[in-house]
Amino acid sequence: MINSPEPTIGRSITPLLSLRGAAKAFGPVIALADGVVEILPGEIHALVGENGAGKSTLVKILAGLYSLDAGEFLVQGKPVTFRTVADSKAAGISVIYQEPTLFPDLTVAENIFIGRQPKNALGLINRSAMRKEARALFEQLGVRVDPDRIAEGLSIADQQIIEIAKAISLDANVLIMDEPTAALSGLEVERLFHVARALCSNGAGILFISHRFDEVFALSDRITVMRDGEYITTHQTNEVTSPQIVREMVGRDIGALFPKVVAEVGETVLKVSDLSRTGVFADISFEVKAGEIVALAGLVGAGRTEVARAIFGIDPYDHGSVELHGARVKPNNPQAAIDAGMGFVPEDRRKQGLVMDLSVARNAALTLRNRLSRFGIINAATERRAAEDWTTRLQVKTRSQEYKVSTLSGGNQQKVVLAKWLATEPTFLIVDEPTRGIDVGTKSEVHRLLSDLAGRGIAILMISSELPEVLGMADRVLVMHEGRLTARIDRADATAESIMHAATAKLERSL
Amino acid sequence: MTIGTSPPDTAATAMRRTSGGLASVLRLRELPVTLALIALVALTYLANPLFLGQQGMKDLLLNATIVIILAVGQAMVIITRNVDLSVGSILGIVAFSTGTLFVAVPGIPIVLIFLAGMALGALLGSVNGFLVTVAKVPSLVITLGTLYIYRGLNNAWAGGTQYFAGDRPDSFGALSVDTIAGFPLITLIAIVVVIIVAIFMASTRPGRDLYAIGSDPEAAKLFGIPVIRRVLLAFLSNGVLAGLAGVLYASRFNSVGATTGTGLEFDIIAAAVVGGVAIFGGSGTVVGAAIGALLLTTITSALAAIRVDKFWQQAIVGLLILAAIVIDRITRIRTAKKLRRSEARDV
Amino acid sequence: MSNPPTELLPTATNKSGTRSAGAPTARGRTGIARILLGRDTVIIYALVVFIIYAALFIPRFASPVSTGFLLLDVIPALLIALPMTLIIITGEIDLSVASIAGLTSALMGVLWAAGLDIGLVLIVSLLAGVLAGAFNGLLVAVLGLPSLAVTIGTLALFRGLALVVIGDNAVANFPPPLTSFFTSKLGGTGIPTVMIGVVLVAIIFGVVLHLTPFGRGLFALGYSKEAAIFVGIKVVRAKFWLYVASGSVSALAGIYWTLRYSSARSDNASGLELTVIAAVLLGGVSIFGGKGSIPGAIAGVLLIGTINFTLRLGRISDVVLIIVTGTLLIASVVAPSIIDGITKWLHTRRHRRTLPQASASGATRATASGVQEGK
Repeated sequence: MINSPEPTIGRSITPLLSLRGAAKAFGPVIALADGVVEILPGEIHALVGENGAGKSTLVKILAGLYSLDAGEFLVQGKPVTFRTVADSKAAGISVIYQEPTLFPDLTVAENIFIGRQPKNALGLINRSAMRKEARALFEQLGVRVDPDRIAEGLSIADQQIIEIAKAISLDANVLIMDEPTAALSGLEVERLFHVARALCSNGAGILFISHRFDEVFALSDRITVMRDGEYITTHQTNEVTSPQIVREMVGRDIGALFPKVVAEVGETVLKVSDLSRTGVFADISFEVKAGEIVALAGLVGAGRTEVARAIFGIDPYDHGSVELHGARVKPNNPQAAIDAGMGFVPEDRRKQGLVMDLSVARNAALTLRNRLSRFGIINAATERRAAEDWTTRLQVKTRSQEYKVSTLSGGNQQKVVLAKWLATEPTFLIVDEPTRGIDVGTKSEVHRLLSDLAGRGIAILMISSELPEVLGMADRVLVMHEGRLTARIDRADATAESIMHAATAKLERSL
Repeated sequence: MTIGTSPPDTAATAMRRTSGGLASVLRLRELPVTLALIALVALTYLANPLFLGQQGMKDLLLNATIVIILAVGQAMVIITRNVDLSVGSILGIVAFSTGTLFVAVPGIPIVLIFLAGMALGALLGSVNGFLVTVAKVPSLVITLGTLYIYRGLNNAWAGGTQYFAGDRPDSFGALSVDTIAGFPLITLIAIVVVIIVAIFMASTRPGRDLYAIGSDPEAAKLFGIPVIRRVLLAFLSNGVLAGLAGVLYASRFNSVGATTGTGLEFDIIAAAVVGGVAIFGGSGTVVGAAIGALLLTTITSALAAIRVDKFWQQAIVGLLILAAIVIDRITRIRTAKKLRRSEARDV
Repeated sequence: MSNPPTELLPTATNKSGTRSAGAPTARGRTGIARILLGRDTVIIYALVVFIIYAALFIPRFASPVSTGFLLLDVIPALLIALPMTLIIITGEIDLSVASIAGLTSALMGVLWAAGLDIGLVLIVSLLAGVLAGAFNGLLVAVLGLPSLAVTIGTLALFRGLALVVIGDNAVANFPPPLTSFFTSKLGGTGIPTVMIGVVLVAIIFGVVLHLTPFGRGLFALGYSKEAAIFVGIKVVRAKFWLYVASGSVSALAGIYWTLRYSSARSDNASGLELTVIAAVLLGGVSIFGGKGSIPGAIAGVLLIGTINFTLRLGRISDVVLIIVTGTLLIASVVAPSIIDGITKWLHTRRHRRTLPQASASGATRATASGVQEGK
């Protein structure tokens, strides 16, 4: 591991990769003005910054997807220019993206070796050799995945493992992981880190991008901070604290991270009784009262989102019931749920929360389309006013309501999602991973907003994989494991340990 | 340490391994269409043994040959998540140019005719590929445009002219008459094409790249697969095969003119879909597409052989296409269920 | 494991001091500008320009007779283009429309020849279209099968049924009052009387798409099915009814075709699906879904129809027309992406010059193999 805080200049170790003064513009938009990063052999280097700080652009330059407009790019001390992804690969750089990039129709083995499958004497692909090599890789990683199954339907954790196997088989000496843990939790993250450390001990270097500070501090040797497309500084991890990093990322002191205000708890709003869906979840019963934020914790795949989807009527359920203010909500009918007063901020903002190609106004008014129409006809002006109302209240930053929502930053997009639901004046709101992929600044804004909404008497069900968020925001914590509720913990008793325990161990505790 | 999809018990794994051969045959996407073809041929044969007589067999194969070649080419394109609607027009233009060449250059070697036809097909196919990859416009739109343009060019060139079999040397026509072991020569050409393309698609790196591109084009780009070059290759190959089919058309049929090959496009796509090629790319094989083509062309002969009103033929083809899509969906759902079950929830 | 920052500053209330994006100053292309420069509007301009050109320079174009024939010719495509626009906006396609029209025509012929009352014949034929559309809707919307493949199948099926119904016969002796009504004009304007009905149908589709909650849902659905589900849009139901509408309107087109030419045949309107789709795409409807408008689609149909007609007036063969249709279609989709590319390239070039040329040591010219360049 690296201990010296000094930059490598003048030292004997040649960085595996070094980028200085990197600039990249897209038309008038400068995505990266001065990107700097340096990766040493055997080091895990974290790259942090708010959304829009230029991290992804930097990664795509390293991956050979974007060419540099200006700057110096050295691989093992030699200047390089990547024109294609293949160039980057040939230089020993391997990238694992936030969303795994597997080919669903191809087998696991083929996914690992695509483009460089082993050949036989005739120059044709040797499938048995390919299978054998894949097995050897998985053995090396200590995992069991059937190399002959198709990639479709693999869990995200498994997909990440296959991406890592791919990187190892490429003999990559620089591995770049762009938010690899965004969709993982608990044990899965630990496993990933284990593999990462093993790689480093063999002399590879890792660039690790994450919004989760606990991970950054647990894993990395050095931390590079970026802001507004520019390099800010690089720290030795053990010489810096997270508040300091946050300050550098945001460029100012940030307010309360979890501005939880305990609101007055009113009467029961949502009552879920014995909700079950075969093979997905079973016997789910709980209540959410007005003014309460109830967190639904658990590992990815525990069935939290599935329960929320069933409550909101997106998926059907086999038995049980959902009541809002004492009245049963029609199952499998989102419109009925909306009419009853429910809102749902889904986990995947880009695919589920928003129609990315529609304007801010259209998106914000989409939930209101039935209410805004008179005699079945929508008045465009009324629609725009309705949209403007909430997007202004939530301080959505856009130059115009007519801009496509895809031009907004992640945090602002999430505000549009919130705006479109708040516009329906819900009494019960489901928020699924409300701050995933959102920068620190906006994150605390979203938290403050949720707290504020609860204060106004809205009942909130929050699904979150981030323990600090759960601990910081929730009045009560429900923990799910393998489709069942395994614990209900009050705010006072909630600790990381108690939640993780219930999320991993199958406790048939009487609830 | 285990991660992810460890099969729950080893007994099941062992069982799966022993039954692997049979299971993988049953999983084949080509299976339904092959069974349908066998059933169709067997039932028709029982009703009318002449159906599989020497002449019946030969007609069956002759009718299928051109559609098979076109379906193989189309399958390559569809596997990359594209489509080429212009094949009928390409075939038409090449068929007419073949007729023209024989008249304009008397005594031209037949090999040259084939090369010229395939070169013209390659040119037209690569125009499609170029527009799709460089202009990044969906292939459905581009090839709908070139369907019109190529047809228009053919019309402009041919006008009212038609060439007949008499304008061509007997040796050329003999390709569709002479047989080896009961197989017409042009059918043998088609079989060779199927084998070559099948090996290319299954066992070469560029071939596998085509599947990867169709499976997830974005991922292919991120992964560094030369997407543009590969998609171009698929369109070019399809053009070459459509060109070959055009030459063979001129050998097989009496007249070629302005309207040759009109309206073929949907029949060809249908053949590929019936043969198990997924319309959104990524899966299916050219062998399946070839069997699909054989099935669709055989139905015509079969209906005639069992004296069903010929007007029913097209409706039955339509039903077959729909059946193929439904069967494909059912198998997909079943596989997905199986995969879910095998996934150990070991988080 | 170090702890995440958890210091609470209860004083921090609203307005957390995030950088303000500088108020809504630059408004970009909004409102009227957006409408005037939209992809569909360009086609409307093109149509107007072409009509003016034709009226001025093509002899016999600007006359009631020409208008009449032109409109009579485009009515089937115009009708079918309306539901097709909605279907393509939701990201689906219907290739079976012309076959449905053919099936309707065949059915009309057989029923009329069998001596049924003409009113009943019309109702049954229309009903057949509704059923055909519902069948498509069942397969695509309810079962969720890919519409491209499904409607290639029903294209063959419905055309095949038309053949089964009427074989290679033709029925021609429809009641003369009816057939002459279908070719009659409104006074001396040359505008066919049936245009009133066509305009009515067009207005209905235009209002549904552009001014109703249902229409808003279709656009959202075309861009992102999942996001549409989350706001309560009933995807299955919406798509199902669109296919029913498509089948019904195709049946209307089939009935029109039969009575206008006074001929019921199994191959009526064959190949029309491609003309309609080409026209709709030309009119700015995106094949990816989510984008498009009824005025644009209508302009697309009229543009192709008008060019067709003038070429024939100028005694230029159909050959050229086919090429023009294809070229227009490709140009209309390729041009924006070329223009886009050029603008981006210019921007980048201009920008690169203004960027700080950090470390001008030419490190950017070596290859990935790592050719060392001396500093």
